[in-house]
Amino acid sequence: MTRALLIWTVLALVLAVPLVAAAKSPLLAWRDPVYIIAGIAGVVGMGLLLMQPLLAGRYLPGLSPLASRKWHRWVGVSLIAAILIHVGGLWITSPPDVVDALLFVSPTPFSAWGVIAMWSSFAAAILGVYRQRLKLRFRVWRLGHTLLAAVTIVGSVVHAMLIEGTMEIMTKSALCALVLMASVRTLAKLRVWDVRRR
Amino acid sequence: MTKTGFSRRSMIALGGAVLATGTTGLLLPARAAGLAPTPSMRGGSNNYRPGAPIVTQIGDGGFWMTGTVRRAGDGAPLPNQRIQIWAHTTEGHERDPQSHGATLTDANGEFRLEMPQIVPAFGQPHGHLAYDSGEFETVFLRPIMASSKDKTLAAHFVLQPL
Repeated sequence: MTRALLIWTVLALVLAVPLVAAAKSPLLAWRDPVYIIAGIAGVVGMGLLLMQPLLAGRYLPGLSPLASRKWHRWVGVSLIAAILIHVGGLWITSPPDVVDALLFVSPTPFSAWGVIAMWSSFAAAILGVYRQRLKLRFRVWRLGHTLLAAVTIVGSVVHAMLIEGTMEIMTKSALCALVLMASVRTLAKLRVWDVRRR
Repeated sequence: MTKTGFSRRSMIALGGAVLATGTTGLLLPARAAGLAPTPSMRGGSNNYRPGAPIVTQIGDGGFWMTGTVRRAGDGAPLPNQRIQIWAHTTEGHERDPQSHGATLTDANGEFRLEMPQIVPAFGQPHGHLAYDSGEFETVFLRPIMASSKDKTLAAHFVLQPL
């Protein structure tokens, strides 16, 4: 019980501290509300990206496997919403910069990583929505979903680390490291590469 | 008499130095006659507002945009050329009209315009400059600051006559 409480408390802090740090960024003083919301949506998205492998790997105490899967679904929906708010808010702030990014002609190297991560997350979500209708064997489906998720995770982390933005550097690095570690741990635990029939 | 020693070691050192410098292009003879025009940079024209007015200063100042304008080929400095400047600063977004201004080059083809501090936007602290007066080919630049704490940023134009 104490252990469960500790894990949830640490997780809440890990998600909240980068948000608080970003909310204190001096850059916010020189940004319109739409731009601020777009940036914060990106930070929220990175936090949700940490939740996903933890839920998929069923690491969070007190959640049954079925509850973990339901949470994974809703966190996924929230992640897609966060990405849409992030990109939409940036589009309103500076349309030509976002068009450049989407067309892969942006001068900033992190844009392409972000756009690749975005499309990959959409594809992973679509695989999630159509899992039963696709009639793929579960392990084959899971490998596809996981590969797309891995591209999303790596793309998002590189995207975030290359940006000089509202995220504070220590909390950004720590959150990105945790996302990577949680992902690798879950892939190893689930042995996603093993698609043999059982 | 001083003996000029060309040992194997000094030859290797000299050869290495020449190779290292050669890759930087510093060993090429000065070729002002072949000075290539500056190409526009990716994203340089983003949030451009044609016809920014010539001003003595953009907003409250505190930051300097500097640079030079020369002619392609002979490299001659170009006086009296209009350079338009805009950026995301402490006083406004790139798209805001008050973030835009223009200045003219002096007799040496140099320009400097005081403007508000540039702050990081869309992930990088950067400025935008345009030459778009019609006498030479249009060029849009998007220089990046080495540090967002810098108080100045330079951009250099080599213009191709039309």
